[in-house]
Amino acid sequence: MAGALFSGQTRSGLLLVSPPFLYAIALLAVPLGAIVLFSFWTQDYLTLVTTPTLDNYREAYIEPLYGLLLRRSLMISAAVTAATVVLAFPIAYFVSFHVRPERKSLWLFLITIPFWTSYLIRVFLWKVILGFNGVLNSGLSGLGLIDEPLTFILYNANAVVITLAHAFAPFAILPIFVALERIDRSLIEAGRDLGETKIMTFWRVTLPLAMPGVVAAVLIVFIPTIGDYVTPRLVGGPNGLMIANMIQTQFLKLNNAPMGAALAVIAMLSVSFIALLFVWANRRFLRVKQ
Amino acid sequence: MSLRLYAIGYLIFLYLPILLLPLFAFNDSTIIAFPLDGFTFRWFVELWDTPALHDAVRNSIYIAVLTAIFSTLLGICAARAAAKYEFPLKRSIMGLIMVPLVLPEIIVGVSLLVVVVQLLQWELSTWTVVGAHVLICTPFSIAILNGAFQNMDTSLEEAAQDLGETPFSTFRLVTLPLVMPGIISSLLISFTISLDEFIIAFFLTGAEPTMPVYIWGLLRFPQKLPAVMALGTILVVLSILLLMVAEYYRRRGLARAGLKDKGGFL
Repeated sequence: MAGALFSGQTRSGLLLVSPPFLYAIALLAVPLGAIVLFSFWTQDYLTLVTTPTLDNYREAYIEPLYGLLLRRSLMISAAVTAATVVLAFPIAYFVSFHVRPERKSLWLFLITIPFWTSYLIRVFLWKVILGFNGVLNSGLSGLGLIDEPLTFILYNANAVVITLAHAFAPFAILPIFVALERIDRSLIEAGRDLGETKIMTFWRVTLPLAMPGVVAAVLIVFIPTIGDYVTPRLVGGPNGLMIANMIQTQFLKLNNAPMGAALAVIAMLSVSFIALLFVWANRRFLRVKQ
Repeated sequence: MSLRLYAIGYLIFLYLPILLLPLFAFNDSTIIAFPLDGFTFRWFVELWDTPALHDAVRNSIYIAVLTAIFSTLLGICAARAAAKYEFPLKRSIMGLIMVPLVLPEIIVGVSLLVVVVQLLQWELSTWTVVGAHVLICTPFSIAILNGAFQNMDTSLEEAAQDLGETPFSTFRLVTLPLVMPGIISSLLISFTISLDEFIIAFFLTGAEPTMPVYIWGLLRFPQKLPAVMALGTILVVLSILLLMVAEYYRRRGLARAGLKDKGGFL
């Protein structure tokens, strides 16, 4: 049957791709379906009630805490994304335009190393750096720059933003770097030859051409940050907790998997919606520039 | 010039936590703060005397080795299929396999938890962690192996087949040696990711904790923190060594394909 439908090459391709594909179906697509299904069920103490209902979504809408956590999470993720991408762009630009070709991979290697090393301990160390008697405060007061320790940098949303911006840095740098590397350098020379200033050339040639990389960077930072519960727990304090902490609590402490599933679905939908909105807005931006 | 200064400042920001680790690991005080109190090895000795930690490390290495093998095997299939063949829905199929790269890890964790515990009613074990880690490591393996497979000169394979080799022996004698550096690099990267992964492991670990789950438990006890710093120091040194080996093989793979190096792992 399959032989009649597909040529030998196509069949070999499908056969070869089927193990990773079936694995992704079984351990990704099916579980994601299960989460959606679960979010329409309810938990009655120890028994799972499998009558479909919108109760969890209703509760998520009515209970102010959930709304608060979700809004805060989206704000924090957006702030992390903005900080990470804005800080990352000059680095990607520097490595792509100012570093000699044979040394580029060394720079990228240096940038990626901290990302691969002990995530938990890295987050914990930010607590040490930002704390009341921390590295930053004792350093600044040692230099005589401050009289009293800064307190606005730990156990709140600021600390979460700083720590996550650190954790996701390479995720933002690499896509922007790849996009910048693809830019045909003669286009930039042409812009300059035709009388544009350096800044206008950057604004009208380099930046639009680098935009696919920026968009990829934004998505690859924004979407995963919403799911982090370690950073808010360690450095966020009570006012820095995020929706992922609530999802974790629902599953592991309150034993209310359906409510946790509903919150997970809501978080995913909100993030996807904002991501799509961003991609659309960016298309408009590029069209206006053309 | 100012851009170079900015770049150096940024690297300091990136390395700040890692540079602090050894300071506190060798510091003779139970408090993780400045000023430092003098030099000691006692936190490393404490690690040596903690059997629960050794079990967690053994468990994590076991998981990481299995994860590295399975995700690299799946990565070879996908990267080879993507490089050599055209088939219907290629973009969607490859897209689905790569999704874990951007999916929040907590979603992977809770969705597998629901399926394993609530729907299938299995016990959580080492294998549930391996299953999830293979899922999130496969996209990284594919990203690394794509380079190796796409850059391979297919005429070498055709030549081998013309000279009478079977497709399997061609793969073993020609293709495999050419992509071997990519495979080693993929094994090392998957191993590193799995060894360090906490968010998913916390949901799916059974009675035997993995090393990050064990560390998470320690973070609540202030008197245990210097030992955590010591452990962190060892882990940082080991993962930098692993990454340097991985990077060496990745570059060798590119050189073997006759290409200029264009950048990092991703």
